[in-house]
Amino acid sequence: METARGMRLRLLGTCPVRFIRLVLSCSLASLTVHLFPLRENLIVDGIFLQQLINGLTLGSVYGLIAIGYTMVYGIIGMINFAHGDVYMVSAYLAAIGIALLSFFGFESFPFIIFGTLLFTIAVTGMYGYAIERIAYKPLRNSTRLAPLISAIGMSLILQNYVQISQGARQQGIPTMLDGALRFHIGEGFVQLTYTKLFIIVASIAGMLILTYIIKYTRLGRMCRATQQDRKMAQILGINTDRVISYVFVIGAAMAALAGVLITLNYGTFDFNAGFIIGIKAFTAAVLGGIGSLPGAMLGGIILGVAEAQFSGLVNSDFKDVFAFSLLVTIMIFRPQGLLGKPQVAKV
Amino acid sequence: MSGYQTSFDLKRCLIDTVMAGLISLVVFGPIVGIVLQGYSFQTEPKRLAVLIGIVMLGRFCLSLFLQTVRGQKIAESFSKPGGGVHVLPPHHKSNLRFIIPILILLAIAFPFFANKYLLSVVILGLIYVLLGLGLNIVVGLAGLLDLGFVGFYAIGAYGLALGYEYLGLGFWSMIPLAAVMAALAGALLGFPVLRMHGDYLAIVTLGFGEIIRLVLNNWVGFTGGPNGRPVPNPTFFGLEFGRRAKEGGTPIHEFFGFKYNPNAELIFTFVVLVIVVLAVLYIKHRLTRMPVGRAWEALREDEIACRAMGLNHVLVKLSAFMIGASTAGIAGVFFATKQGFIDPSSFTFFESALILAIVVLGGMGSTVGVVIAAFVLTILPELLRSFADYRILMFGILMVLMMIWRPRGLIRISRRGYEVRKGVPPSAAHTRVMPTPVTGKEVTP
Repeated sequence: METARGMRLRLLGTCPVRFIRLVLSCSLASLTVHLFPLRENLIVDGIFLQQLINGLTLGSVYGLIAIGYTMVYGIIGMINFAHGDVYMVSAYLAAIGIALLSFFGFESFPFIIFGTLLFTIAVTGMYGYAIERIAYKPLRNSTRLAPLISAIGMSLILQNYVQISQGARQQGIPTMLDGALRFHIGEGFVQLTYTKLFIIVASIAGMLILTYIIKYTRLGRMCRATQQDRKMAQILGINTDRVISYVFVIGAAMAALAGVLITLNYGTFDFNAGFIIGIKAFTAAVLGGIGSLPGAMLGGIILGVAEAQFSGLVNSDFKDVFAFSLLVTIMIFRPQGLLGKPQVAKV
Repeated sequence: MSGYQTSFDLKRCLIDTVMAGLISLVVFGPIVGIVLQGYSFQTEPKRLAVLIGIVMLGRFCLSLFLQTVRGQKIAESFSKPGGGVHVLPPHHKSNLRFIIPILILLAIAFPFFANKYLLSVVILGLIYVLLGLGLNIVVGLAGLLDLGFVGFYAIGAYGLALGYEYLGLGFWSMIPLAAVMAALAGALLGFPVLRMHGDYLAIVTLGFGEIIRLVLNNWVGFTGGPNGRPVPNPTFFGLEFGRRAKEGGTPIHEFFGFKYNPNAELIFTFVVLVIVVLAVLYIKHRLTRMPVGRAWEALREDEIACRAMGLNHVLVKLSAFMIGASTAGIAGVFFATKQGFIDPSSFTFFESALILAIVVLGGMGSTVGVVIAAFVLTILPELLRSFADYRILMFGILMVLMMIWRPRGLIRISRRGYEVRKGVPPSAAHTRVMPTPVTGKEVTP
């Protein structure tokens, strides 16, 4: 560890960097406060609590998508740009699954939701496998930029393919789960719809299952070994190519879960939906420390809550700007994220 | 080569084909075969069957091809990283010596026979040449993947529109100002993030591009929001190009006494743009031969080695980032002038991806390739109007295939080797051609 730290060359003195950072952050902060004054009577209306609930819902879904980014990054060190679009495809699949099941006369909510989940996860997992096989596997030993550019190409392909085959208009699903829990606070009230409750429970369940797989099964051990040292894992008899495929499938399956859940909550989506949510999930992965599973979940929840609070308390037009600014800020101040380890270049 | 097997294993091909067919059935089945109609759906089995048939046929041909000797060679070339720069012998004279004057003559002659439509298409092509050249410095030479390039383009375009509205600045004053503004924005963004791993840079720049677009879209009071902003017409030393001058100005055809030409404004834009593109080409040509250009390429190939040699990687990368950004800023001014009106929808991520596709197709670092690719990718969609829906799909497929087939682009970068100067002792002049710092690939004379 000592030698590794010694390898970090700091050619540019830290002093001007810190100074510029300080000036930048101060001016940014004052500009933000000046441009976006807080609303009044926050606590009384219960906006804060309501946005906390919204943020937790959104954040747990971000966490699910972030897992796909963080696992792929951990194992082959590339940003899977097409992951946001895999999520978008899964939203379409969820709607198709619900439409199919209702068409065949199934009425009960648990059955429809379970069937849709299975269907979506299976097909989206296949998407993850196919994308890896076509766009990334031939590039394993290529230049550093090649897989990234190929991933951008894949993302364009997925968007346009869905647009051509399903049409450019917004799609939707009927409301599946009615009703809500209501809590009166002061003059206003806070509402926790059953859909949101279901989302939080389902995403926690998804994360627990994934943690179990990674921690206790043979597949998980292989994944972790490949992540630590791909060459060594190969020497020890692990088929690393297959492990990488599995990781893509797992990431896609998590995105599929997120796709079903978000579709249940918002009801509408279009072929562009994956882009913004993809960047936000990536922000979540970076915030938590890329390569770390608990980090992705934590980062997702923090980002979701922060974004919801910003849009509820300050300005909802600029909530995407806020999320992206958060990304840039994290990159500047703590690129290794909350739970990640600092990157050390090995020669 | 004895290691290649020459007999065909048809069974393997068929298994591959059936597997590909099954996977494509699962993958394409729900999305292509079932189309959502409101909360219901309708099936499209014919479309699905055609698509699966194409996939299976393609997979079968690929399997067969990979069993030939040639195919095996290609498959083998995937498992090692591609070579770097092609080094030419020291006295090599490029054919471009003849091509460039011909192109300049063509550009001079062009406005005399072109109509309005042709002019505007070519101007758009030239704007993308400018953008491609700028991004080529960043991505191709310095190896920094910048996905928010359109942000700098937007800064240039909105700089003209807003500068005119609030400060009264015009076309001429905005060209240098846009370059400076975009370069400053590039420095502000690049300075903190350029020290990080390349992939992070891609996402941060992507976020930056989106921030710019969202701010332009949402800050209605300042930028006009989605309604956009008008852009002033360009003038030539205060002379205007309209049929009648606005308050107090003189139209150019009255001043010089020639007949009014409705295309005059476009021709003027074209001429200035050609001059700017030539200037940028020349500057880039010189930069790649200067120490800073060498440093860009060296950093792209091996950052750790460069830092160990004492290169300040942040400043070197920052210079590439700023020069690229300023080129995009200038391109933005021309775009705004050509359109006469701008709104945020011109500056989406797709635009960044298109510029990236130009650089990727043209060959990372290759100037000629980028110029050709820019024209091909802007003019081809004009010719293939009926395939407009498939345009983005084509770009995506192109990017993936290019990365698999030729990650360094269609046109390889080549440069002249060096000759050892006279007066050097024979032992030192043993090899006449020195290996370049980039690849170490030697060419024997």
